[in-house]
Amino acid sequence: MAKFTGKKGKKIAGFSTASMGDIVFILLFFFMVTTTMRETELKVKTEIPKASEVSKLERKDLTVYINIGTPIASEQARYGTDTRIQLDDSFQTVDDIRNFIASRREGMDEPDRPYMTTALKIDKDTKMGIVSDVKEELRRCQALKIMYNAIKAE
Amino acid sequence: MARRKKGMPELNGAGMSDISFLLLCFFLMTSSMDESMGLSRILPPIPDGEIKPPEIKAHNILIVLVDGQDRLSVNGRIMDVNDLKAAAKEFILNPTNDPTKSSKRPEEIPGIAEPVMVTEAVISLQNVRFTSYEAYLRVQNELAAAYNELRDEESKARFSRKFSELNEVQRNSITQIYKQRISESPPKDTRKKK
Repeated sequence: MAKFTGKKGKKIAGFSTASMGDIVFILLFFFMVTTTMRETELKVKTEIPKASEVSKLERKDLTVYINIGTPIASEQARYGTDTRIQLDDSFQTVDDIRNFIASRREGMDEPDRPYMTTALKIDKDTKMGIVSDVKEELRRCQALKIMYNAIKAE
Repeated sequence: MARRKKGMPELNGAGMSDISFLLLCFFLMTSSMDESMGLSRILPPIPDGEIKPPEIKAHNILIVLVDGQDRLSVNGRIMDVNDLKAAAKEFILNPTNDPTKSSKRPEEIPGIAEPVMVTEAVISLQNVRFTSYEAYLRVQNELAAAYNELRDEESKARFSRKFSELNEVQRNSITQIYKQRISESPPKDTRKKK
């Protein structure tokens, strides 16, 4: 039996966990590099539609986000279930887009300003009325590059 | 006094992994990996009062209307959205030179020696205030797909490569041949709500 039990008195070598920390650190760096910080907390439900002809956003730093949809469940008590526009962290109206776009444009470098893109994250159940109002307002602000956010579908 | 061992005691590295795990969890929670993808569009600038929009002949316009019940009609005929791409392609290409469909005119294209017959087709996309965004984007997507396929076919015929594999100059000339001319008018059924 000694063949199987091994020699008496010899302990099993301890499992070294010293490299575990290194492995986790590498994982951590991977996530830090590949992800971006969530900028705003979404207060509207934006289930974006699917589309097959999508392209990638070129410069994330030159992108202004406009979210349109119905308020999420926790906000409905205060804001109701009507479709609303969220700029940054708060609900705004169509008329506030002008100031919002202007302030964002101010924050960009002069040569980059013409490349500013407005990403429209719009819930798929939204009616086109409010979308058209937003588009008209963007035309008036000279923010002509827009992108309808969509999920890539095959 | 208790006796001490000689030399430095070894640092216990076991807690290190816990700390990094916590950090990892923090970054996983606060960051997002989703890439923004979507359909890029350029809105038309607000026209100046003096400049009149160019006259477009009626047979060059394809009217695509999405109504309040998300039904699609093309030049007055009800159509399924899955057939829109083919219909748009046929209208733009007009292979049989049907006089009721878009006409072509020769144009000098940089990068291509002889003048090319360029289509004059314009797609007029109309919707009402109660059209859902999903239906609207679906139509936009189908129209974009029609143009992308036309460009792909053209670049395969001219440069025997896909449109996405062309170089800058070739891509520009193909885009010149098939310019995306989608005109949108604001919904007209109701006045702007304030």
